[in-house]
Amino acid sequence: MTLQVENVTKKFGDFTAVDNLSLSIEQGGMHGFLGANGAGKTTTFRMILGLLDPTQGSVRWKGNPITYASSPEIGYLPEERGLYPKMKVEEQLVYLAQLRKMSKGDAKREAAAWLERFEVPHYGQKKVEELSKGNQQKIQLIASLLHKPSLLILDEPFSGLDPVNVEMLKKAILDFQKQGATIVFSSHRMDHVEELCDDMSILDRGKIVVGGSIKKVKRSFGKQNVRLNMDADLSHLCKIAGVDNFTKTKDGALFQITDEQVAQVLLTEAMKLGTLRHFAVEEPSLEEIFIAKVGK
Amino acid sequence: MHSFWIIFKQAFITKARTKSFLITTGVVVAAFFLLANISNIIAIFDGDENEENTLHVVSETPVLLENLQAQLALMNSEIEAVPTPLTEAELQESITEGTIDDYLVLMLDGQLTARYVSESANEMGGGAEIENAVQAIHTAMTAESLGLDDNQVGQLFMPVEFERQAVSESSKSQEELSQARGLVYVLIMLIYVAVIYYPNMIAMEVATEKSSRVMEILISSVSPVKHMFAKIAGIGSLGILQMGIFGMAGYFAIQSAGTDLTEGVFSVMGFSEVKISTFLFAILFFLLGYFLYAVLAALLGSLVSRTEDVQQLMLPMMILIIIGSLIAFSGISVPEASYVTISSYIPFFAPLVMFLRVGMLDLPIWEPLLSIGIMLLTIGILGWFGARVYRGGVLMYGSSQSLKDIRKAIHLGNKK
Repeated sequence: MTLQVENVTKKFGDFTAVDNLSLSIEQGGMHGFLGANGAGKTTTFRMILGLLDPTQGSVRWKGNPITYASSPEIGYLPEERGLYPKMKVEEQLVYLAQLRKMSKGDAKREAAAWLERFEVPHYGQKKVEELSKGNQQKIQLIASLLHKPSLLILDEPFSGLDPVNVEMLKKAILDFQKQGATIVFSSHRMDHVEELCDDMSILDRGKIVVGGSIKKVKRSFGKQNVRLNMDADLSHLCKIAGVDNFTKTKDGALFQITDEQVAQVLLTEAMKLGTLRHFAVEEPSLEEIFIAKVGK
Repeated sequence: MHSFWIIFKQAFITKARTKSFLITTGVVVAAFFLLANISNIIAIFDGDENEENTLHVVSETPVLLENLQAQLALMNSEIEAVPTPLTEAELQESITEGTIDDYLVLMLDGQLTARYVSESANEMGGGAEIENAVQAIHTAMTAESLGLDDNQVGQLFMPVEFERQAVSESSKSQEELSQARGLVYVLIMLIYVAVIYYPNMIAMEVATEKSSRVMEILISSVSPVKHMFAKIAGIGSLGILQMGIFGMAGYFAIQSAGTDLTEGVFSVMGFSEVKISTFLFAILFFLLGYFLYAVLAALLGSLVSRTEDVQQLMLPMMILIIIGSLIAFSGISVPEASYVTISSYIPFFAPLVMFLRVGMLDLPIWEPLLSIGIMLLTIGILGWFGARVYRGGVLMYGSSQSLKDIRKAIHLGNKK
């Protein structure tokens, strides 16, 4: 385990922002943090980075607490994006990388390569304030990983981007992971987490309500979906034992079941009603899990 | 140390490249040259200088005019007395027209009488030299008619010896005082401007980094304390550079004016007998004052989320500086007053007031040293305290614009 967060609690006065949170991430892993606004994601990140000290508990990176000595190994994309508005992009990237102890020459070379990759090589000599918000975000991401950190923390990396740019950034982050970096990122887009991560945690009011590998989380949710597409009226099928929930869809109906056996019962019952066009047993989406666990 | 120098360089270079810095420096340097050369410049536009020094004399007794010319020459006066063929009425008309400035009527009617006529009462002052000359002629004539010889006349007008002596040991002689006063005044002015200008720059700088949200990246890379002190050192060096440029500009400006430092306007400033220690103390107190207020400014700057709120939070600090400057400027004429002495040990006033005392009085060395010690201690405490506030302050966003937020910031930045 390379990053270990052990029983961390952070209190601001009477308010508990993070409550007894534990987490461990493997070297080279990608961990997704899901949570509503104010769930404690940013506070957790700030504690991992050492910007805030936990009221209780400890954070360890390769067995030691994170200090400024480990600054060259860490990259951070804050939720509140910030760059010097009046400084030129290249100058800014080099300055921020130098603060993380990268040499000036290396920083220049890397910056040029990244700008090229994000299809904005001509922005190097532009001031940040002249760029669009999406392009500023690309620069911000470059700033967080230019110095080749081995731990990268991204707070909402995809918010406010168009789909094309989201894909571009996703690919960059995945490539960066392949080079061996450990990545933690937060989002409130479930599909991004589902697509990128192996492990995830859902945070609610400072506590992890669900955590672990996505597969396990889905399995242990104990519910599956059965999709039936046919023209007949299926509403009476919800009376079958083991059916939790029934939703009418455009093409038929969606049943939520707790036992895999119930799917077979549903199939046989449905076939008695007419021609079945489509039958599928689906895993629950993270969205459903999130809503079930957080959105009570 | 590596990242310290990177922030230091960044703070120094980006500020030094800003238009406002270059323009301010340029304007002040230009102003120095302009002021130093002001008399030369006036001379260029004021061609008919000769007319100004010509005095038209109406006299029926030619010997009076000769006496006057001789007397003026004796007095090294620039005024040249010339006879005029015009009548008084014509002369008055000339004055109204502006072709001549003034004229003098001399009459010998048993006794010497003189009448000086010029355009307005303001210029009557110019008549003082002429009055002295006429008085001298009158004295000589009277002495002659009384039959006194030169020696007796000399004895009669011998000036009394009048010496001023001060009992206090720290007091400089009256002559020394007036010499020091000008220089001290100028240097206090510089320190005053510097401790307002550069710390303000820091507060703005910190607030800008906070409002543009780049701060969170910065302090996740380097410790906020290092960031704060590197910034203070960077802008401080910029301040020394700028003050150095001003000093050089002032020196060369005076040189270019072609006047000796001990003459004219500058004699009033006391540049004739410059003590090198005064300059050294000025630099020392500038640095101490700068650090003291810079730490305070960084602390205050870290509390606001928007640059617009900086001035509001800086107000208490500005008031401290202004009080200090008022004490210092009023103390120039009474450097030994007790309120000046007391406030020279109060760290927030000391950079200005202790410098005033050092410059104006012959203090025993322990007095400035004690004051410097107190200031260093205060800078240490403020630095420690400021770093604590800064740590939390830079993470704090929201409508923070009061000093109460200091507590919140310490709490947020608190270890444990």
